Amino acid sequence: MPGKLSIEFPTTDHLQLVLAGSWLLKNSPPQAGDVEQQLTAHGDIRNISIDAKGITDWDTGLLIFLARVYRLADRQNIDIDPAGLPDGARRMLALAKAVSPKEGTGKHGEEAPLLQRIGLLALSMWRAGPEMLHFLGEITLSFGRLVRGKAQYRRADLLLLIQDVGPQSLPIIALVSFLVGIIVAYMGAVQLAQFGAQIYIANLVGLGMTREMGALMTGVIMSGRTGAAFAAQLGTMQVNEEIDAFRTLGVNPTDFLVLPRMLALILVMPALVLYSDIVGITGGMFVAVTAFDISTFEYYQQTLRSMEWTHIWGGVVKGTIYAILIAFAGCLRGMQCGRSAEAVGAATTSAVVTSILFIVIAGAVLTVLYQHLGI
Amino acid sequence: MEMTAAQQAMDPDAVIVVQDLTMAYGDFVIQHDLNFSIQRGEIFIVMGGSGCGKTTLLHHLIGLKQPARGQVLFDGTSYWESPPEVQQRIKRSFGMSFQSGALWSSLTLAENVALPLGEYTDLGAAEIAEVVSLKLALVGLAGFEDFYPAEISGGMHKRAALARAMALDPEILFFDEPSAGLDPISSRRLDDLILELRDNLGTTIVVVTHELASIFTIGDNSVFLDLEARTITASGDPKTLRDASPVPAVRRFLNRGET
Repeated sequence: MPGKLSIEFPTTDHLQLVLAGSWLLKNSPPQAGDVEQQLTAHGDIRNISIDAKGITDWDTGLLIFLARVYRLADRQNIDIDPAGLPDGARRMLALAKAVSPKEGTGKHGEEAPLLQRIGLLALSMWRAGPEMLHFLGEITLSFGRLVRGKAQYRRADLLLLIQDVGPQSLPIIALVSFLVGIIVAYMGAVQLAQFGAQIYIANLVGLGMTREMGALMTGVIMSGRTGAAFAAQLGTMQVNEEIDAFRTLGVNPTDFLVLPRMLALILVMPALVLYSDIVGITGGMFVAVTAFDISTFEYYQQTLRSMEWTHIWGGVVKGTIYAILIAFAGCLRGMQCGRSAEAVGAATTSAVVTSILFIVIAGAVLTVLYQHLGI
Repeated sequence: MEMTAAQQAMDPDAVIVVQDLTMAYGDFVIQHDLNFSIQRGEIFIVMGGSGCGKTTLLHHLIGLKQPARGQVLFDGTSYWESPPEVQQRIKRSFGMSFQSGALWSSLTLAENVALPLGEYTDLGAAEIAEVVSLKLALVGLAGFEDFYPAEISGGMHKRAALARAMALDPEILFFDEPSAGLDPISSRRLDDLILELRDNLGTTIVVVTHELASIFTIGDNSVFLDLEARTITASGDPKTLRDASPVPAVRRFLNRGET
């Protein structure tokens, strides 16, 4: 038999709840709404008693009903006589009330008005600047200690990081650079072929890769591959209190964790940019040789003729600046990470967005600067 | 003391029967030839020193890890020989509270407890909110509904995880070290709660713990996993084992190293 509730009035100030049947949650037992109605209708009720002899079985379904009745009675200062309840239910309700509810947490507040939210957002963005500068300062101090040989870090960590950042990212860099080389060659070739000047594909690809695309593509790949990994590693360490453990030990986490990561990426990046340049030029050569009837030797000679050392080191310098920005953004977001799994995800996303933003701005500034300096 | 596997399989009151269970990571055997049965409405303690495989055993019982050998039977049905639908049905009768809480960090405590209710019951939003408040109140977390797991302490994590495990009034509750990290009063209240759940709702409760006070207060039956022998060296009522176990290692464990 499903749960049944009847409400009786033995006297005018006394309400009796008669409960019967099966009060299992899955059978949707009666709700306390009826009791609430009766209590509002009869404002002079002072006592509630409960007769639960007819209950066959019960679980949370009964308990939530009783908890609600107790809350209603509390609000109107009505006494409840629990004598008629099953012993177990009475004890479980007592357990539920053993710790008084936490109040004044401000958690139930309504959403702040629009202006206030805009203000808070603006303030948090305003504070982001000094935080970033603070981190930059710590890294600078850390590099100072490195130069004086006083930085606390492990060589083995640095070597492992170099291996992870360098050799292990070669395949993806090769793939992307080769395809970029092919794309640049094709785009240019269609135009150049109109003048019979296909041989200048070599100039286009050579200059394009060394001055811009090599550094840019490597930068974007490294921000997705390495910057994100730095943020996730440091963020997880933040969640596990590992960074606090370093601080407690008197080991500077910037020295121990951030410094080797920055160093690894900065040391490896020039080589990666050169590698990307070479693979990209090979991609261009592949197009020129297979589709535009230029011999490998011609292409090679033309590339050498068009190339100047300034193009090459200009690109490498750009790439190295990107590396500093990527490592900075990755480590910054990792160290700023909150204390939950979700925060690690947010830190990783933010690291990639920040570093790509940095790369684009730096790329634009450097291109203009190079133009003016005649590089 | 020990029943044969066949006798246990016929035991009508046993909810969980473990037969010749061997647990291993690759070639590394953690525990071998485990045989025991857990009766309906029993509070069953899995004890043993650190690193002996208690949590691994729990993971085998709840179907997270596949046994290297042997069976885990629920009401006579072998979990690992059942098709996925049956496994799903068996799992629905469990509630599990993990060692470090395992609360979903992107959800508030209320949402954590409400998720199983929303997925597996027909309750409306208002009823779910009532159940959530009650379960949180039962573990002493009334008023913490809108907190995120990152905003509460470690002990609260654990208690919120219990509330989530109890959400569906499961037939079997698994607790992995429920009282580790709780203050003595909360820990005592937790023991009371476990006893009430068993007495009133008939819940079968499997607890991994080495909290001696708790073992003697709530435990009806137990197994002791030995680190050296890599198998069960004692089983039965923990109070009896403490005073009269023939195995010295078990007596030492239950008397805090004093024999």
